[in-house]
Amino acid sequence: MGCGVSKSDQFHKGSRKAVTTIRSAVLIQRWYRQYIARTEMKRRYTWHIFQSIEYSGEQAQIKLYNFLGYLMDNFTPASNERNLISHIFRENEVCRDAEWERYFCYKNIEVPEIYSGPHLTFPLTVEQAVGLVEAFRNKKQLHSRYVLQLLLETWRQLRMLPNINRISTCQSKEITICGDLHGQLDDLLLIFYKNDMPSLENPYVFNGDFVDRGKDSIEILLILFSFLLVYPSEVHLNRGNHEDHIINLRYGFTKEVLTKYKLHGKRILKLLQKIFSWLPLATVIDQKVLVLHGGISDTTDLAILARVDRHNYVSALRPPKKRHQSSAGMSIDSDMDLDTSCRHKSFLRQNSLAFLKPINRQSFQNRSLQDFSDRLKVSAVEEVEISGRRRSILDKDINPPENERTAAASSESLNSLTVVDEWKQILDLLWSDPMTQDGCVPNEVRGGGCYWGPDVTEDFLNRHNLQLIIRSHECKQEGYEFCHNRKVLTLFSASNYYDVGSNRGAYVKLGPDLVPYLIQYQASSMIRELTVRQSAGRTERSALKVLREQVFAHKSDLLCAIKRFDRNNTGLVCVSDWASAVESVMHLGLPWRMLRSQLVPGKIHGGMIDYHEWFNELAIKGVNADHIDQSLLETLYRHRSTLETIFRIVDYDNSGFISIEDFQQTWKLLSVYLKMEITDDTIADLIVTIDRNQDGSIDIEEFMEAFRLTDKKSRLERGRSMFMGTATDLTKLDGDPNI
Amino acid sequence: MMKNKQRSEPVVPDVHKTIKAAFEAFDYESNNRVDVREIGTIIYSLGCFPTQADLHDKNSRDSPVQVEDQTGCINLEKFLPAMTKVLMEHKFPSVPEDLLLQAFEVLDKENKGYLEPEQLAKYMTQEGELFTQEEMDEMLTALADHENNRVYYKDLLNQWTIDPDM
Repeated sequence: MGCGVSKSDQFHKGSRKAVTTIRSAVLIQRWYRQYIARTEMKRRYTWHIFQSIEYSGEQAQIKLYNFLGYLMDNFTPASNERNLISHIFRENEVCRDAEWERYFCYKNIEVPEIYSGPHLTFPLTVEQAVGLVEAFRNKKQLHSRYVLQLLLETWRQLRMLPNINRISTCQSKEITICGDLHGQLDDLLLIFYKNDMPSLENPYVFNGDFVDRGKDSIEILLILFSFLLVYPSEVHLNRGNHEDHIINLRYGFTKEVLTKYKLHGKRILKLLQKIFSWLPLATVIDQKVLVLHGGISDTTDLAILARVDRHNYVSALRPPKKRHQSSAGMSIDSDMDLDTSCRHKSFLRQNSLAFLKPINRQSFQNRSLQDFSDRLKVSAVEEVEISGRRRSILDKDINPPENERTAAASSESLNSLTVVDEWKQILDLLWSDPMTQDGCVPNEVRGGGCYWGPDVTEDFLNRHNLQLIIRSHECKQEGYEFCHNRKVLTLFSASNYYDVGSNRGAYVKLGPDLVPYLIQYQASSMIRELTVRQSAGRTERSALKVLREQVFAHKSDLLCAIKRFDRNNTGLVCVSDWASAVESVMHLGLPWRMLRSQLVPGKIHGGMIDYHEWFNELAIKGVNADHIDQSLLETLYRHRSTLETIFRIVDYDNSGFISIEDFQQTWKLLSVYLKMEITDDTIADLIVTIDRNQDGSIDIEEFMEAFRLTDKKSRLERGRSMFMGTATDLTKLDGDPNI
Repeated sequence: MMKNKQRSEPVVPDVHKTIKAAFEAFDYESNNRVDVREIGTIIYSLGCFPTQADLHDKNSRDSPVQVEDQTGCINLEKFLPAMTKVLMEHKFPSVPEDLLLQAFEVLDKENKGYLEPEQLAKYMTQEGELFTQEEMDEMLTALADHENNRVYYKDLLNQWTIDPDM
């Protein structure tokens, strides 16, 4: 090559340029593909973070419930502690229908002139149902009078329904099936927009989990119930595991109702308890497609499920109490059962919390509901004997014939033993998840139900002559997911569930050919303007914020674990050791090394992490929290959801306040549950701190405010902390500059 | 295994852990197998820049992709040593930022400082290791400035920094 442009030079230059262009293209392509791969990886672990924290929250709730159940079974009726919590185990005291209606009478509730929401008249018309949707879209609230009236009508309607709805796609009607909505009204509105509202030509099945987590759970219920009343043959509701007042205590529905309906919220909630128990358990379409909320197990039997008295299971977490038939043949919910049977129980201990033996704390904390059912098997037999004895005393006046009595007693004993089986059927139906391996194992992650495999699906479908199971219960990135050889379809209808941009929602349409046709969507005006990269980034930041909070909540344990790798006390550990230490404490199974740069914002000094600096980055800012012991604060912070749940249970009249006395009792309860020493002095300190106006009562909200996490980074992030707060908290967070 | 904590060179046990973590993200059945079609994502996320040819290279003895069995899956047992070697030897090195910038500048023939989406699309789908239409659409959604429909590549390179510590 020389200087000057000759023809051959030009040729070479041209071809060189062409080569360079190709090489450039290749470089860019490679760079871009690499970037996408890393984004995908981040998206996966972001998902994993949210999901593992969500499920461990559910597990925590079940553990708490078991703990409380244990207390109930093992303390005298008169003990203070038991009284604090007994009401959540009490089935509704009001028993007969007439008394029910009187208790929930809406007639003397006046609707003020200034009320600008919808007025309802019954029987409900389709115009009113549509009007209700519009009103909620415009952020109106339905007056409690109409709420109660609507709920009463709904209850009447639901009682007429069988456990398993059987429907068909006759006259070439397509049936629309929706999954979890979780109080996200925007998603329901979007579905109605895309797919029209329910009507004679447009039947719907809603597959449970209408409430909790989202902020408009009650509105969703009211809409669904209205359409149920207007189109009873076209609208079908299945119960989900969140249609359960025990779960609602932790996950926000209880709080939402009490906040929106300050005067009558308690009644509304009680009526809803009853309604939830009357929700059907499953729907079968064209005798071929089964729709239910959670799933199945290797023992699921539709024949048994069709026969159970579903309304006995007010909460799926606890088997129903012994029932005895009155002479009139009506079954009576009775509180007395619990007390009288307790007195007779041989293992009753005359104890108060102060004397609780340490040995037992471990066992009930680790117990899942499977273990609980074993315990019940024993007591069920005992209960038959007790009730047998009791019956004979009660029936002395009535004189039933001899053989009838014995026949009744023996069939009752049969029934009692199958109480456990029945309970398991329902639990599995509401809580199970599919897995890829064959077999059926207890679902330890959630704490209830099973993991079931493709072989179980195959067997189940064959036995019942079905071809497809449609279920919900699990959030899926695309809003749906097939598994088990396309024989199981998971459907999730709450988009942006973990955070804006985390996932789409989906619903399915089924025509006479029974081929599922899926429609996806994402409800958020914001999301459309974000690029793929930005929305993924948001979700990631949100997940990391949640994770940082979790990490902080385990600070002491982490410090211990990390120090084991730093024998020489240099204050530094390598990334690898750091990751091992963190996993050994958190047990979340996350790729910590990948997350390291996000979780430890400080510089790395030659591949080493300064862990003291790391911990100092996080701090709790609270109301005069400085004089309170840091490790106590940390423990409280870690368990604040549980703490709040216990408060709500103790706050029997749902006022939002508990007395100082009850507050002290609550701490004793908590200290037993958490195996932690809290002295009376510490409690007194806490009270002084929190009861600012010194009126002898503690404001629950105020107390929870004291435990917020602030760290320098998270102040800039407006991600939603979905698992540390409840529904109302979320709206509060929006405006709070300290978050 | 000797560990010299002062050096920032990768150490084999650490490398193993990193590879395993990435692998497990795609191991849906928890049986140490991933679909071979996902292996590219895994290798990329480990900080490598293989070419498409590298990813399909089943002939070279040390290629991490050559271990496909009949089910179309790659087993962790075989992937791990092969991938470790890749990382220790920096086999698919990353592209330095200035080279990438030059690459963009080559395509930006008129030196405008940006590329029109159609321009970029033409190169990506017709030259080199061709993009599918789906990949192209996704790239434009992600990279293009929506207001004036241009790809300002200099900004992108600044924003999309690759985290070296993986």
